[in-house]
Amino acid sequence: MKLLSGNEAIARGAYEAGVRAASAYPGTPSTEILENLAKYDEVYCEWAPNEKVAVEVAQGACFAGARTITAMKHVGLNVAADPMFSLAYIGVNGGFIIVSADDPGMHSSQNEQDNRFYAKFMKVGLLEPSDSQEAKDFAINGFDISEEFDLPVMLRTTTRISHSKGLVSLGDRKEYPLRAYNKNIAKYVIIPAHARKMRISLEQRLKKLAEFAETFPGNRLEGEGHEFAVITSGIAYQYAKEALGDKATYLKLSLTFPLPEKLVRNFVEKFSQVYVIEEGEPFLEEQIKSLGLTVKGKDIFPRFGELSPMIIRQALLGEAVEAGNSSANFPVRSPVLCPGCPHRSVFYAINQMKAIVTGDIGCYSLGVTPPLSTIETCVCMRASIGNALGLSKILTDRKIIAVIGDSTFIHSGITGLIDVVYNQGAITVVILDNAITAMTGHQHNPATGYNIKNQQTNKIDLENIVRACGVNKIWQVNSYDMHELTAALTSATSCGQTAVVIARQPCVLLNKDDCSDKYEITAQCRKCKKCISLGCPAIMIKNDKVVIDSQLCRSCGVCAQICNFGAIRKVGSAYE
Amino acid sequence: MNNNKNIMIVGVGGQGTLLASSIIGQLAMDCGLDVKQSEVHGLSQRGGSVVTYVRYGSKIASPIIERKQADYILSFEKLEALRWADYLKPDGVLIMNEQEIYPMSVISGLAVYPIDVADQLISKGINLIKVNALTYAQEIGNSRAVNMVLLGMLAYKLDFNYNKWEKTIKEHMSSIVQHTNLQAFAMGWNLHDRA
Ligand SMILES: Cc1ncc(C[n+]2csc(CCOP(=O)(O)OP(=O)(O)O)c2C)c(N)n1
Ligand code: SF4
Repeated sequence: MKLLSGNEAIARGAYEAGVRAASAYPGTPSTEILENLAKYDEVYCEWAPNEKVAVEVAQGACFAGARTITAMKHVGLNVAADPMFSLAYIGVNGGFIIVSADDPGMHSSQNEQDNRFYAKFMKVGLLEPSDSQEAKDFAINGFDISEEFDLPVMLRTTTRISHSKGLVSLGDRKEYPLRAYNKNIAKYVIIPAHARKMRISLEQRLKKLAEFAETFPGNRLEGEGHEFAVITSGIAYQYAKEALGDKATYLKLSLTFPLPEKLVRNFVEKFSQVYVIEEGEPFLEEQIKSLGLTVKGKDIFPRFGELSPMIIRQALLGEAVEAGNSSANFPVRSPVLCPGCPHRSVFYAINQMKAIVTGDIGCYSLGVTPPLSTIETCVCMRASIGNALGLSKILTDRKIIAVIGDSTFIHSGITGLIDVVYNQGAITVVILDNAITAMTGHQHNPATGYNIKNQQTNKIDLENIVRACGVNKIWQVNSYDMHELTAALTSATSCGQTAVVIARQPCVLLNKDDCSDKYEITAQCRKCKKCISLGCPAIMIKNDKVVIDSQLCRSCGVCAQICNFGAIRKVGSAYE
Repeated sequence: MNNNKNIMIVGVGGQGTLLASSIIGQLAMDCGLDVKQSEVHGLSQRGGSVVTYVRYGSKIASPIIERKQADYILSFEKLEALRWADYLKPDGVLIMNEQEIYPMSVISGLAVYPIDVADQLISKGINLIKVNALTYAQEIGNSRAVNMVLLGMLAYKLDFNYNKWEKTIKEHMSSIVQHTNLQAFAMGWNLHDRA
C-alpha cells in the first residue's frame, strides 16, 4: 500500500501495464503524470513543445507497437484535438491512452470545459476514475481496452482526482512484447478513400466496446439504500457516498463512453425517481435522457464549479443553504509574482511605454494584478502575438507590445511571430526568458537545454529562432537592468517594424540557496512609495515606514534602481 | 460523522504546509487507517493562500472538508486562520501560528490587515490555541522548522503515539535535518504542558 495522488497512480498503473513511451506538455493538474513516469528507466519519456506534438509522438510509438500514454490539461486537448480525431479512425497498434485532466472550479485554468464531451465527439473510449486506486487500475484496463477494441482510450481526471491522495496497492510491471509494425497504408494513411472505410469500422468498434461496458466491473451496482437511486461517476461518486451513505442505491459508472445502455435502462426502470449526480456538464444525463428515460440532474445540481457533498445534501436532504462565508470581507490573498521575479522589472519598464500590452499564459499572467496592472488581454497560449497583430492593424496610431514566456513562445508563439513578419506588423514582442516553464512547477523546455530526465540535450536558441522567422530588430537584455530594458523597449516600440526584445534572467525559484546582499531602506527614504508600485511582496509599509523584509528579499536590486533618492542599498554597504 | 478525523492545514504558499499534511497522511496509513488527502497546487507557490485537507478513519469517501466539518485547523498564518475558521466544527480546535504575512492587497494599500484576529476568533466562540512558532524554532536554531513546531502541537491532540510520529517524520527528510526537525516537533508537543 502506498499513499499516492491520482497522477502518481496513473503513472504507476501505466508502468505496471508495460508502457514504453510517453510524451506530454505540462499543464495543471496533469503535469505530475509524466514527471513520475520519467523516474522509470523502462519508459521513454519526453516533454514535447506542445500538446499536439505530444500526441503525434505518442501516436508514432503506438504505431510502432508500444503501449503509449500522453497527458495534458483540459485546454491542452484543444491544441491536440486534430491528431486525436484522426487516431479514433485509425485505431491503435500498441495500446494508447490520453489523459485529460480537467479543472472544475478553475483552480489554475482559464475555463472549465468538460472534456468527457471530447471523448464522445472524437469517438474514443472514456474511463472516469473516482480515486487513486481506480486511477491506477483504469490506466491498466485502458491499455487492455485500447488494444482489444482498436481504439484510443481517454482517461479523464479532475483536479480532485489528480491532486488528491489515497491508498493504492502496487503490483509488478508486466512486459508486453512489441506488437509488430508492418507497412499498412489502409490503416495508417487517412486519405478519404481509406477514411470512409475507417468511419464504418469505427462505429463497429464502438459498438463492441459498448457491449463490453455492460459487464465492465467498473460499471456496477452498489448499496441497497431505499431513499435515493443515484447514477454517478468520477469524483461525484465519492461526494454522493459521503453525502448519502447507505441511504442510496448507486449505479457507479466508470466506462462512461460508450454508455452501457442496458445497464442504465434496467437501473432507471427499477426506480420511481433516479438522480444523476455528476460534476460539470450533464454528460451522463444527456445520454440517459436520449434513451427516452426520465432522470433528474442539472435541474437541481449546478453545472459549473466544483460539486461537493454539501451541495448534494442541500439538494437532496434539504440541508439549509448557509449565507456566504464571512471571510468575504478579509483581504484577499491572490497569488503574486515572487519577490525578485524577473518578470516584474520588465512589466515596470513596459508600463513607461504607454502601449497596449497583450498578455499570455504563464506566471507573467500575474502582471494583470495591481499595482503593476500591465497586461490588458489574456486569452490562451500564444494569443498575445496574434492579438497584438490584430490590434495593430486596426488601432494604427497605438504602440502595441505582446509579452510571452519562453515555454509559451516555443509552444506556439513561433507561428504567431511568423505571421507578424509575413504581414508586416509593427509591433514589439517581448519574450520573457526565465529559462524554465515556471507556472506549472518548473519543467524544462526546448529552450533550457535539459530534458525531462534532467539530462543535458540540444538547446534551442531563442535569438536564432526569432532571426530565422525574419525579424531584424532584436534586442537581448538583462531583465534586472532597468536602464537596458528601458532603452531597448523605447527603440523597439519606435522602430516602425516587427521588433523582438528577449529579456533574460532565470526564475528566482531555480536558485534555492538563500542569497546574500539583501537590500534595505535607509534614512534617505522620503516615503514617495515609488518602490511600492513595483508590487514586490518583500517591500511594504510597516508602522508608517517603508521597509524591506530581509527574509523575502532576493537581491534583484530593481527597487534600488528605480528609487529617486538613492534610499535603497545593500545591507552593510557603505554610504557613497 | 463516526470516528473519522478531519484536519485542515492552512497557510501561505511556501510555508511548508504540504510536508505537515503528508506526514499525517502517511502515519495514519501506517496505522492501518483509510486516508484521503487533498491539496490544490498550481498557483499556490506564488504566495497565494493554500489549504490542504487530511481525512483518516475506517473508510473515507470524499477527499475534501467542508464548512463546519474540521476537527482541527492548523493555521500557519493569522489572516488565514480567520479566513478558514468557518470550517471548524463547533467543538473543533484551531491552532494558530502568530505569524503575519501581508498579502499584496495589503502591501499595495487596497486592504487593511486585521489587527484583532485572535479577538475576532474568540468572539466567534472558537476554541483557539495561539503559538508564536517562529520564536521556538529560533530557540533551537532552525527558523525553517516552524512547520514542525506547529505539527508537534497538533500531534499532541491526535490519536497516535510519539514514537510513531518520530518514525514517520524521519522517513520524510534527509538525515542531516532530522535532528533539528525532531527537536522542533518535540518542542511543539511539549508546549501544551507549559501552557
Ligand atoms: C494549451 C495549454 N497548455 C498548457 C497550459 C498550462 N500552462 C499554463 S502557463 C504554461 C507555461 C508557462 O511557461 P512560460 O511561458 O515559460 O512562462 P513562465 O510561467 O515561466 O513565466 C503552461 C504550460 C495552458 N494554460 N494551456
Ligand atoms: S516562479 Fe519564477 S517566474 Fe514564476 S513568479 Fe516566481 S520568480 Fe517569477
